[in-house]
Amino acid sequence: MPSTLTLAASGGAQTGAGPDPASPLCLRGLTVSYGDKPALFSVDATFPAGAMSAIIGPNGAGKSTLLKAALGLIPTVSGQVTVYGQPVAAARDRIAYVPQRASVDWDFPTTVIDVVLMGRYRKLGLFRRVSRAERALALDALARVGMEGFADRQIGQLSGGQQQRVFLARALAQDADLYVLDEPFAGVDAATERAIIDLLKGLKAQGKSVIAVHHDLATVAGYFDHVFLVNVRAMAEGPVETTFTPAALAQTYGGRLAATHLDQLALTVR
Amino acid sequence: MGADFVQFSLTPILIGILAAIACALPGNFLILRRQALIGDAISHVVLPGIVVAFLVTGTVAAIPMLLGAGAAALVAVVLIEAIRRLGGIEPGAAMGVVFTALFAGGVLLLEQSDTSRVHLDVEHALMGNLETLIWLRAEGWGSLLDPVALASLPPELPRMAVVAALIAVLTLIFWRPLKLSTFDEGFARAIGLPVSLIGLALVITATVAAVAAFDAVGSIIVIAMFICPPAAARLLTNSLAAQVWWSVALAMLSAILGYVLAGYGPLWLGFSNSVSAAGMIATVSGVILGLACVVGPYRRRVGVAVGA
Repeated sequence: MPSTLTLAASGGAQTGAGPDPASPLCLRGLTVSYGDKPALFSVDATFPAGAMSAIIGPNGAGKSTLLKAALGLIPTVSGQVTVYGQPVAAARDRIAYVPQRASVDWDFPTTVIDVVLMGRYRKLGLFRRVSRAERALALDALARVGMEGFADRQIGQLSGGQQQRVFLARALAQDADLYVLDEPFAGVDAATERAIIDLLKGLKAQGKSVIAVHHDLATVAGYFDHVFLVNVRAMAEGPVETTFTPAALAQTYGGRLAATHLDQLALTVR
Repeated sequence: MGADFVQFSLTPILIGILAAIACALPGNFLILRRQALIGDAISHVVLPGIVVAFLVTGTVAAIPMLLGAGAAALVAVVLIEAIRRLGGIEPGAAMGVVFTALFAGGVLLLEQSDTSRVHLDVEHALMGNLETLIWLRAEGWGSLLDPVALASLPPELPRMAVVAALIAVLTLIFWRPLKLSTFDEGFARAIGLPVSLIGLALVITATVAAVAAFDAVGSIIVIAMFICPPAAARLLTNSLAAQVWWSVALAMLSAILGYVLAGYGPLWLGFSNSVSAAGMIATVSGVILGLACVVGPYRRRVGVAVGA
């Protein structure tokens, strides 16, 4: 086992450091609890700008909770969150959040274009009419996810992969700098996964930052630049090449990953 | 239709329509949020609130009634939360226990207290007194332009009109945030919408509708109108705006058809007495929902698994 592992939770260099104003998402001492059980305990994280970062950990490790707490969707016990150095409330226009597909009722009476236009709410407000330019922007977002023919389709008629693409189009319509995605590849077809990853890499090429909760360890090295390993506490953080190691995974997952699985991953990483 | 109609049927029908619309509008969002039971709970909880307000103030004026009902709703919410947390049972069951218990308590209070000099009893609580809300001073359609006759309109009519108009305006103003936070709460929070406040405001709006309608038409109509017209409307369209319009139309249809059937239906069938208008309006709304379930063009979508 390599002993050069950087373990944030064991008192790494960043603990106690102030927030990094260049980071699109910087957490300091983030603690969240459901009832009396901590879901996240004193988590520090500094996601790099202009990169694709994966949040990885076993089921129940607090991955989705981390995103929700960071964006202020659920109450936190303590901790500080900054987005590009600002408090989250002041940076809402720079964040596009893609929730888990299964978190909404797809039988809701609305159309694809309506959902994408929800991404323009902060510009439209209560009363402003949806101008031709706003509509064009939403249609363009749909085209970028390969759904241009589906604008007036009822959302209940979409497949899982199409639903995920619509959610992504809504995020694109927000025209943000930071894209935060909760399990974007869960239950989607291979073609959609390919389309989404190409799109996210395109965003990165434009200098945008992407942070995604990810659970397929086999694709981490191919998709992401940066990993953040979490299991209630922050376990490790850094570039994929140096941080996504069998030792760090073993530590994060405890006994929950079979040794053979770890060996295969070690091969994938190299 | 002449003077008789204006005198005896116009105001009850109008009050029925306004009450139905005031309840159906928030009902659309409650149903989509899987909170349809809240409308049911509110309309039950209103009874003990109103009885206590009457016992304290000795009047059945609108403001004390509203405050009493509001306080009862608050007590109910606290009780539901307490039972859910301490008992560790699901919210639907906690709600069911609390609102039936409070309603039963209200019935007992009502029976034990001296409400004989005002129109407040169990039957009134359930059925309202729609048929008695007549406009005695009216002499025909011309009375609608006569300020003296208008002054003697049953006060329930303007009150219900103001509440229905208020709810319609609020629905229009907050349409986008209501729709957005109902569809995707997480996203709505992420873009900075006050999601909890919107949910609370919706429940408060439903309470105001329930209290105003309760006084005029009783809790049966309130419960039926929160659920039946919006649920039937959902089966007729796949657009939220169209659903809300349909729910208003079906609420109106239920009120008119129910009132007419209650007044004349039994006579047509050879019976000598008419039946309760409130009961018939609620029944008609249920029949409309049943028809929508059978023939509604979008009925297959309801309950279909994602991706199926």
